[in-house]
Parts: sequence; structure tokens; C-alpha cells
Amino acid sequence: MSNFFDKSDLTRKDVDKIVSETLKNCDDGELYFEDSKSESILLDDNKIKSSNYSSDLGFGFRAISNEVVAYSHSNEISKDALNNSAKNLQSTLKSIKGTYNHEIPKTNNKFYDDINPIEQKSLDAKLDVLNKVNDYLRKKDSTVKQVTASFSGEQKSIEIIRSGGEALTDVRPLIRFNVSVMLEKNGRKETGVYGIGGRQSYDEYLKNDNWKNVCEEALRIASVNLDSKPAPAGEMKVVLGPGWPAILIHEAIGHGLEGDFNRKKTSAFHDLMGEKVASDGVTIVDDGTIDKRRGSLTIDDEGTPTERTVLIENGILKNFMQDRLNARLMNTRSTGSGRRENYKHIVLPRMRNTMMLSGKQTQDEMIKSVDKGIFAVSFGGGQVDITSGKFVFNCTEAYEINNGKIGSPIKGATLIGDGPSILKEVSMVGNDMMMDPGIGTCGKAGQGVPVGVAQPSILINKMTVGGTKL
Amino acid sequence: MIKDQEYLKSKASYCLDLAKKLGATDVSVTVGNSISETVNFRNKVLDESNRSDSLAMGIETYIGKKKSSISSSNLLDENLKILIEKCIETTKITPEDEYNSLPDKDLLAKNIKDLNLYDQSHIENDKKIDYLKELEEAASDNKKIINTESSFTQDKSNFISANSDGFCNGYKTSTFTASCVTVAKDESSMERDYEFTSKRHLNDLMSPSDLGKTAAEQTLKKLSPKKIGSDKISIIFDKRISKSFLSSFAGAISSSSIARGTSFLKDKINQQIFSNTINIVDKPDLIKGMGSKYFDSEGVKSETLSLVTEGILKNYLVDTYYGKKLNLKSNGRSGGSTNLYLENGKVSYEELLKSSPKILYVTETIGHGTNLVTGDYSVGATGFLVEEGEFKYPVNEITIAGNFNDMFKRITLANDLEFKYTVNAPTMMIDGMTVAGK
Repeated sequence: MSNFFDKSDLTRKDVDKIVSETLKNCDDGELYFEDSKSESILLDDNKIKSSNYSSDLGFGFRAISNEVVAYSHSNEISKDALNNSAKNLQSTLKSIKGTYNHEIPKTNNKFYDDINPIEQKSLDAKLDVLNKVNDYLRKKDSTVKQVTASFSGEQKSIEIIRSGGEALTDVRPLIRFNVSVMLEKNGRKETGVYGIGGRQSYDEYLKNDNWKNVCEEALRIASVNLDSKPAPAGEMKVVLGPGWPAILIHEAIGHGLEGDFNRKKTSAFHDLMGEKVASDGVTIVDDGTIDKRRGSLTIDDEGTPTERTVLIENGILKNFMQDRLNARLMNTRSTGSGRRENYKHIVLPRMRNTMMLSGKQTQDEMIKSVDKGIFAVSFGGGQVDITSGKFVFNCTEAYEINNGKIGSPIKGATLIGDGPSILKEVSMVGNDMMMDPGIGTCGKAGQGVPVGVAQPSILINKMTVGGTKL
Repeated sequence: MIKDQEYLKSKASYCLDLAKKLGATDVSVTVGNSISETVNFRNKVLDESNRSDSLAMGIETYIGKKKSSISSSNLLDENLKILIEKCIETTKITPEDEYNSLPDKDLLAKNIKDLNLYDQSHIENDKKIDYLKELEEAASDNKKIINTESSFTQDKSNFISANSDGFCNGYKTSTFTASCVTVAKDESSMERDYEFTSKRHLNDLMSPSDLGKTAAEQTLKKLSPKKIGSDKISIIFDKRISKSFLSSFAGAISSSSIARGTSFLKDKINQQIFSNTINIVDKPDLIKGMGSKYFDSEGVKSETLSLVTEGILKNYLVDTYYGKKLNLKSNGRSGGSTNLYLENGKVSYEELLKSSPKILYVTETIGHGTNLVTGDYSVGATGFLVEEGEFKYPVNEITIAGNFNDMFKRITLANDLEFKYTVNAPTMMIDGMTVAGK
């Protein structure tokens, strides 16, 4: 655990005093310290292309009065810098009076260990794995023209100091291992990407030569795409595979259920609480408490313990995801969803691990029921327009379905749909829920945070597929 | 106040000297400070103020052909010492790479002419609030506008880039940005749109009422959209979107994509990749330019570069490392393009609208459907249907798709280029793309 003041002219008493003084007429706020160490090691083009290590230290000071948020951050940790920030906050909130809302729930649960994954594996050992990946793939298949493999790891230590001197701390490890391969055959090039990760040491993910499985999966996806033909264009039935395709849920539904957009009434869901927004049998939760998952957090970035929040239960909208600010203004409680990319950013309500739970049908039944449609197995990125509710995502592995049978692979097409209505088009929910491999990063208002998704196979009655073949 | 050149230079030389002492044969360092102050408004009241003071340093150490790097925001000498020691240790065990090196000395920037990239005026938060009040008054004039959010940011930055070959240079820049997002609602739909203005100098910003009015008008036009059927039709891309093709193009001709073989434009140098009316230029020395630079991120001087002339690809964007790999000299594009633009076409905006009886006019795309390896393009889109030059109705929930190899050859440009972003293009029409709708 970092001691944030030991190299500065600040004592804990000074800090407590400045925080309490600054926040005394406010409704909420805190001082957030963060110390992060991160590394990225990249093999590309047959070589170790870069090895970077980064260390970042700073604080963010936040004061809230009614709806107004004042924020100031700096990476100079000193009495002067902290006092300057305090002055800055007071100047924004000069004529405002509030009552400090102090209460914050406590937890003894921890969902990951206080480890530093960077130090747990030597650089030599990491370089060795990357070189093995490169050799393995290039020997395996002569169509392999480019291999990129990378390790990225970080340890982030945070401390939240609230008015009155209460301090909350967390140490968060996070790693990711990624392989990308490009194939070239008959003048055609295609790439395949696969990665794994979460909040444990590198070796937990790499035991039993698991890097080989990652290579195989990247290679498989690229090979499938080499044989792909142009995607169809127009409205049709879509079967989504289990696991990572749940970014559809994340984009289409998840963002629209974040507290801020609903308080501001800019989400297409803001007046639908308690209403039926999905087919029977559709239940969606956002869970920050799953052991060692990428989207899990022991406490959120305001100090609230995370939880398993039921968003949609059997088709009915039950809860939004809340941070403290939006919860207070909407007369509800924080769901432990207050997150920020780092100390340079304000807290926003965000997703953690967003999951659609299993139903009863099998994937086979779904495929068999489709005369003409597509079967989407994996996706690249997605995006949503919160206000109109329209969302898109890009297929990285997909197939045609003709007369109940899986046909040829098709080229990366964009799927587009309407968030508030898409879940009403879900006509079958599979019994095969799966978590994603631990690679998701969600972007909102310029801030990226690690997230997870999960879902079973599902059948959607009608979506627009953005191919080129009419 | 942002840190001055003296402070940044002293940190840079501390790093250079220490790394050399610890055994580095070559070193490059960047030290920078930026202070950003933002005020956000929502529905005509103050919503948020944000002040950000960021220090950052990055260092690359070489031992012969071995290289490693670190970065940090903690500039205390004591911390820098620990990190540089770590960096040197890592460099020692990192494998050699024959292309690793500092840039050629004779390419480093020497003479610098003033491009007026820094405005020393400081706008107090109270003045920002006045601007935003006026902006939101103008934006919320129509009752269908149910939500307005606006923001004013002042950014000031200063940096020093130095290396062990004696390069040591840096300069201040400023950016002032105001933006407005409005949400409009009618019986059947809720839509959002925006407008913004971003300039090097405070006095060059758009007036608050014009900004608010434009955002509101653009949002109101989008209400009650329809979905259209799947079709192959001509598409006009608004200037907001036409520039994105140029950004994709720049990504595909970066020396890294070319050298790695992961670009659909590999081996296309001196070949016709656009129709012969198309010229693309990257101009680093635009006065007050949003993308203007005196030198690139390695200290190499940047000069105006013709990338495409009469449709023929003439140059890549080359840095030192991949330049060596491709046997080309760096042209000062480490970090990418500067002020990149497509030269004006021959027809007016109005003529372009009338050039086909039925046109899809795209104002926004969503999704990341650009594949630079294959050139495949597929994104979600919203916009308007234009018939006989008239805007008929708004359109949404459709996708548009094509392949750049083909799309680039079917571009027609209007003559309405303006320099609003770092990448700029006139309004653009592309024939024969596929629209997927109902």
C-alpha cells in the first residue's frame, strides 16, 4: 500500500483538516489519491518492439453542492498544491450551502489480492513467452505474415479521504495478454485477435502453456475471415453466440441504464422504470463482485462497496446503475457504480460486469429456427447514441444462416439496432451463459475503464445487418 | 501558471545526464506541463468546474541498438532517479533491434518561425459562465429543446523535447474550445446533436449565440426520423464526416502500417488510388493551425508534404524507425499528420446536392467499422434524404458500407473547405455505396 504523503510536506492531520474545511458546506465530495504502476511489452514484426514502464501519482479533489460538481486535480503532492485545489473548489461553490452526506457502507469482502503483477513475473520470462508466441504462429502456418503479442499489467493503489478523516483504500491488480495475427493468402489479408486477462497474476492465465490456446484462437478467427464473403445487407434474424457478444447488451441497454443519463432525462430509458423493456425470460445484472474478473471492484472510486445490481428482471426494468451524486439527486442509493479512469477524471456511473443470465433453449434450436439470417460469434467494438437509443457493433466473426444451417463466414459487417426495443425482439435465450475472456474497456466521456460482459446464446428476431450484398 | 521553459529544460537535462551516466549511449526525453480549466453548464445553470494541472515526462534510453522507455507524472528528482535506473536495467535485457536509433542529426529542426500558436489571454471562470449563459439562452429558444449541455475549456501547454545529440526545443500552445449539445423531443422521437468551436486564440471563437443556435437547429432538424430501404445510392458526407476518411487514409499510409504490411495501401506508392481530381496535402506551418507543428515528436523538422497529387499516392507519413526499415528518410511525421486536408473540388455545395435525384446526406456515423488492413468500411449512420437538391426528411438506424479501394475512386468534392479541425475536407460525395435499412 502506498503512503501518499511520506515524500511530501503534508501530514495526515493537514490533509484531514483541508478536506474537512473545504467540504463543510458541501453535499458530498472527497480527496482521491492514486498511485499506479503499469507496464506494456510488445512484440511486433518479429521483434520486441517496445517495453514501457510508467508510474503515475496524483490526487483529485472533488466538492459537490446540489447538482454542481467542482473538481481539481494535480500530480504535485504538496501542501501548496492541495491548498490551491481547495481554493479552486471554493471559488466555484462560493455562494452555495449544502449538508455533507457522510454515510458510506462498509465491506469486508475483497474480490482480488493486493498483488503487483508486474513484479511477479520477470521481464525475461515475459519476453520468452512473447518470442514463443511469434515462433509458434509463424511455424504453424505459412500464411502468417504478421504477429503482434503483448503483455500489459498494472497495479493501482487508491485512497479516498472523506470529510472527518475517514479513509478507504484499495489495491487493484489488472493484466491482459493479447495476440493478433495477420494472414495473407492469394493477395487477401485478414487479421484475428484474441486476448485474456483479469485481476490476477500473469501466471494464473498462462499456466499449462495457455498462451498456445490464445494463439490458436487468434489464428482460427483470421483463417475463418480469409474465406469470408461479402455480408448481406438488410433486416434479418440474428443469432448471437455466448460470451463476448454481450457487448450488445453493454451498448444497447447498459449505457442507457446509467444514472446520469436518466437523471438528466437524456436516456431513452428514463421514463421506463418498472415497465416491460424486454421479452419474458430476459434478466440482466451488473455485477462488481465476481472474483478476479476484469470489471470487478472491491469498492468503487467513491468508496462504496460494489454489488450485484439487477437491472432487468424477467423483462421488467428494475434499477439504474448509480454513483453517489446521481443517487442522491434521484432519491435512491449508490449501487457502487461510481468509477473514474484515474485521478484526472470525475466520477461517473459506469458498468462493471454486465451479464444476461441463462435461459432454457439451446443454440442448436436457435440456428434451426432461422431460414435466413446471420450467426455472430465475435465482435470488435460497439457504440451507442444514448438519446436516440441507436447502437452499432462490428462483427469480427460471423456466418450466414440458410434454412436452419450455418453457412459461409461473412466479412465484418456492422449490426445496427434500437436499444429500447431490441430486447423485446429476443425470442430465445440459451442455457449456455459464458463470461468474456477479460478484455473489455468501456469508453464514456473520454474515460476508459475495464469492464466485463457475459451472456448465453440468444436469438434476435430482427436487426439490420450492414453488409454490401443487397 | 504553466511551468516555464527553464523548469522543463532543467528536468530534461537532469534526465539526459543521469541516463548517460548510468550507461545509456543515446537518450531522448520529453517533459511537458498542461493546465486545463473547464466550466460545464446544463439547462442554463452551472454543472461542473474542472481544473487539471498535469506534469508528464517520458524518456527513451538506448544502449547501442537496445531500447526501452518509461514515463511518469512524478517529477521529483528522487523518483526520476529510481525510474531511470529501472529503465537502464530493462534496456540491458531488451533484445537488439537494428532500426532503433535517434533521428539523423541533419534532419533535426533548427530555425523556427512563429506560427502564433499561443494566446496568453486568460479567461476567468466567471467570463466562461457569461459565455455559456448566452449560448444556452440561444440554444433553448425552441420549446422542443428539452436539454442543453455546454462547455468552455481553456488549455495551455508547454513542453521540451530533448535528446543526447544536442536537440533541445519546445514551445507553448493554447486551445480555447466551446461546445454545445442539445436534445430535442417530439411525440415520436428524441434526438441529440451538437456544435463546437475550437481555436488557438480566444478572440477567434464563434459567438456564443451563433454556436447555441446552430446546435439547436441541427438537433431540431433530426426529429421524427425514418428508416429507409436497403439500396445502392449516392451518399454525401457532411464536413464533420468527410474528414474521417482522410484520417483513415493517414492511418493507412503511416510508415508503421506500410512497413508492417497491415495496410490496404501497401505497395501503392506512385499509383492511382483516388480519381485524378483529388489532391491531399499535409501542411505543418499554418498560422494559428490546430495541427501546426514546428517539429515532430522526435524533433525532426516537418515541412509541407503532398501526399496525393492528381489521385496518385506520392508520400507516406514517415518516422525514423519505420523509415529506416523502409529505406526512407523521416519526413517529420512521427506522431502522424499535422494540418491534413483535401483540396477543394470544382462544384459548389448546392451543385453537389443536386448532382443526383436521390441522395443520402450523412451527418453522423457510429461504430468502429473501419478496417485498414482490408479497406472494408461499415458503420451506422444518421442523416437526411435529399431529393432534387432539397432536404426531405431525417433518416436513422441504417448502415452504410463499402471498400476504400473502390470508394476513394468515386469521390466528388465541393469547394467549401475550411480549417476547423486538424484534419479537414470539403463536403464529399461518394457513388455506389450500399445502404442497409429496412
